[in-house]
Amino acid sequence: MSKDKYDVIIIGAGVSGCAVAWKLARYNLDILLLEKAPDVATGTTKANTAIIHAGYNADPEKQKGRLNNKGNVQIKQIVKDLSVPFEEIGSLVVGMEDDDLSVLDELLEKGKKNGVEGLEIVDKEWLQREEPNLSDKAVKALWAPTAGIITPWEFALAMAENAVVNGVELKLETEVLDVYTENDKVTGVKTNAGDFTADYVINAAGLYADDVARMVGIEKINIHPRKGEYYIYDHAKDFEINHVLFPIPTKISKGIVCTKTIEDNLLIGPTSDFVDSKEDLATTRDGLDHVFEGAKKMFPDLTLKDTIRVFAGLRAADTTEDFVIEAAENVKGFVNVAGIQSPGLSSSPAVADLVAEILENEGLNLEEKKDVIETREDPARFYELSNEERAAYAEKDKDYGKIICRCETVSYKEIVDAINGPIPARTVNAVKRRTRAGAGRCQGGFCGPRVTQIIADELGIETTEVRLEKDTSNIVKYKIKGLLGSQGDEE
Amino acid sequence: MIKIKKDVVVIGGGPAGLAAAAKVYDNGIKDVMLLERDFELGGILPQCIHNGFGLHHFGEELTGPEYSQRFENKVEERDIEVKLDTMVLDVTADKKVFAMNKDQGAMEIQAKAVILAMGCRERTAGAIGIPGTRPAGVLTAGTAQRFTNIEGYVPGKKVVILGSGDIGLIMARRMRLEGADVKAVCEILPYTGGLTRNVVQCLEDYDIPLMLNHTVTKIIGNDRLEAVEITEVDENMKPIPETSEIVEADTLLLSVGLIPENELSKKADVVLDDRTGGPIVNEGRETNIDGIFACGNVLHVHDLVDWVTEESEIAGEWTAKYVKGDYKRSEQKMNVKAGENVAYVIPQSIELDAEDRKRIPLYMRVDKPLQAVDIILYADGEKLYSFSEPFAKPGEMISVPLAQKTLDDLDEVSEIRVDIIEKEEE
Amino acid sequence: MLEKKTITCVACPKGCEITVEHDGDEIIDIMGNACPQGADYAKEEIIAKTRILPTTVRVKNGALPLCPVKTTKQIPLELMDQAMNKIGKKEVEAPLKVGQVIIKNLLDTGADVVATRDLPAN
Repeated sequence: MSKDKYDVIIIGAGVSGCAVAWKLARYNLDILLLEKAPDVATGTTKANTAIIHAGYNADPEKQKGRLNNKGNVQIKQIVKDLSVPFEEIGSLVVGMEDDDLSVLDELLEKGKKNGVEGLEIVDKEWLQREEPNLSDKAVKALWAPTAGIITPWEFALAMAENAVVNGVELKLETEVLDVYTENDKVTGVKTNAGDFTADYVINAAGLYADDVARMVGIEKINIHPRKGEYYIYDHAKDFEINHVLFPIPTKISKGIVCTKTIEDNLLIGPTSDFVDSKEDLATTRDGLDHVFEGAKKMFPDLTLKDTIRVFAGLRAADTTEDFVIEAAENVKGFVNVAGIQSPGLSSSPAVADLVAEILENEGLNLEEKKDVIETREDPARFYELSNEERAAYAEKDKDYGKIICRCETVSYKEIVDAINGPIPARTVNAVKRRTRAGAGRCQGGFCGPRVTQIIADELGIETTEVRLEKDTSNIVKYKIKGLLGSQGDEE
Repeated sequence: MIKIKKDVVVIGGGPAGLAAAAKVYDNGIKDVMLLERDFELGGILPQCIHNGFGLHHFGEELTGPEYSQRFENKVEERDIEVKLDTMVLDVTADKKVFAMNKDQGAMEIQAKAVILAMGCRERTAGAIGIPGTRPAGVLTAGTAQRFTNIEGYVPGKKVVILGSGDIGLIMARRMRLEGADVKAVCEILPYTGGLTRNVVQCLEDYDIPLMLNHTVTKIIGNDRLEAVEITEVDENMKPIPETSEIVEADTLLLSVGLIPENELSKKADVVLDDRTGGPIVNEGRETNIDGIFACGNVLHVHDLVDWVTEESEIAGEWTAKYVKGDYKRSEQKMNVKAGENVAYVIPQSIELDAEDRKRIPLYMRVDKPLQAVDIILYADGEKLYSFSEPFAKPGEMISVPLAQKTLDDLDEVSEIRVDIIEKEEE
Repeated sequence: MLEKKTITCVACPKGCEITVEHDGDEIIDIMGNACPQGADYAKEEIIAKTRILPTTVRVKNGALPLCPVKTTKQIPLELMDQAMNKIGKKEVEAPLKVGQVIIKNLLDTGADVVATRDLPAN
């Protein structure tokens, strides 16, 4: 399958790498997308606040500010084309009694400069009507109707799948170890799965973008991981929340966001703490307490009763606190897409546009391909169907009749399809990201053993080889009786 | 979509559903359908391969599969329609049950009465918010039990168990017997949540330490679990940081509580009790919705399956009466209230008029363990009667019978209260 | 030497606290038991602990890969690991019936290992 030479190699299949692949797949190019994990979207893309920001927050002088609103506008078309669940529920920056409320006006002005539409300041009455559980202390808010919520990994996956059906080659569990150059020009990459040659290499390595940049001698990028911790609640909770709610940002922190998710869970977080390690995905007692206290300021009646999971994600923040999207000065053909922190998800299509523009400036010929497949087939999502619709699916294919995950209503067919899709799910978490099996209140307690077995059966591997996510994350390690000694032989 | 009419639909084919279905049938209602999501009947019992079941009900000691087999046989001997591998997705207050399976697809069953017997689920690491990472190797004790006893895999070989609920204790021994090194069972409370016999036979027999007043404060390892941090807690259950120690482990099993599985009940507008997590029921185990009954762990978490059987037979009997039109809710409803040191009492009310009743057992649990207790019943605040027990533990359910004769004397009473208090010095 | 030991009886779930006074293997007094089984239990706990062993045996061509089994009577606690190894080596052919003998006279204890469920063939 592998080609002798590619036009473009993209390092990293997070949301930025996937967006770039999706965009470039529209041109007559041979493209290779490399990802070191067994699935796409397993880094920063899978652990964030899952918001498409309106674009009033970022400084108009920064790349963040220029790209956010552009991305926001594009995403609304992409989610339709690629059948990605998205809801434009709008966001609020909520001012409380003791806050510096002038910040709201500043944000409004900034938003206007960034081209954000529909921004307005709403009063207490509006807030009490629209968010009945909101604290009495909330006095007014900046209302941004164009903000929305999305499932970030599904968004990235959809773009990657569309890229793949349009000819992009994706190699998973392929880690870039070095970037080759000749006469100050990129020639290819060295990976754990062999060498690949290309004229252009795009560094979308997320948390590791500085390490990859250093492979071609670029020292100016410094990714300093910043951790965000979260609680997520069951969607069967008895708690109404209708929008994305931010507190007024302070100098030190953007504060704790409360939002519903696409699947109607409640999500609260994140903290914002620099950490030393790019692997440090541990939640902490202090961090979680800080999240809950922050959320309580917004919603005083909130309890931890219906939480189903805690998690932490790492923002791939560059020390400039801006995106670094540019062609390398010292090496021709090398493009950095680094420092992609919030609003990276919201900006991703605009980031991809900018990368295409940079590549063209660098001499890559972007010739539009004929017969580009623009859409992605809407996968069956049993959890959002009515009983009548479920019945119709089961009549079409009996495998829809077998429900594997009870909490999230996921059928056997959806799981098998995920394992055999354009980008096959090969791990338990990959199945969860595509189908929601195991994402509910019992956290795979019931469906976990079943999903593990289906993966083993479909991939033709031993059950003990099935992994949760990557490397040594095997779900079960030994066959029964495998740990017993040799005593008892006599007789 | 297939449309079916049934007198009684039982949701869940574990011990509760099996006993209830057989009892409905034996009380003259033969048009019964039993729906089970797994590929076989028995619920959790087939994976509970240990002994200790049936001492109350059968007067002999059985393993989980043996106990289950007796009731499976009972259902099989009767003409009860059993649907396996069938998931119920919806129940309505007017008793329509929507279910799916592979062979028949979707079906909507209109029942005259529904028995909720869905059991419970385990509280997870996420639900209790243990800080740290989310590696493989962190699983609930029940899931590990399924892997070990049904699927045939041992999750790992260096095991720490958090929570001293019965499944945790049982799995400590089970993993140890299968060759794993079980390092400790941590319990945040000063006492165990499991049965005494399990502490003795599962931990003491194998020198597995039970660390009371200890909890897991950190999960360590990005891919597979590598270690856990165990920390002592103070009397307010706050970790004492200087007592933390790191224990190498590839497996953390959680036995930190069971939650009645009532998402379906809520869809049918069944009202739940905050304390039990299950429906509020009268003595026939009928919920607030006419003709919707509940029994077993979906109603409240039981310590012994024998009580599940007793309760489910009560529910089955009254369900049959309901379908036959043999009872009515009386005007005078007696509320049953959990008093001092009582976590809850089932049933929450007594309100059914029936002639042939002999006794009503009240099931209850205490809030905290006590030695030498008086169990005192009050009728509208006046002491009805009391009796003594050598001890009362939260992990062990207490059954207090109310004789029909007593009930007859309580015609005008609107509330029965139970207190369980330390015995007064004589 | 005269010793006093308090044992939680597990003959039934009631869990009586039984106090046994003993001199080595010689039982002097048993107190606190609510029934005669309690006395027997306490005595055994001092002299030689025995337990039923419930576990599983591997099954060939069965509807499930394992069948739960137990010993038909209590066996000495110190034999458990040896018994597990012995049973662990065994593989039986489905179908199985509840009560079917899997291993006769396990480790000369006089206890058989029997299936605790029906297990049909695949």
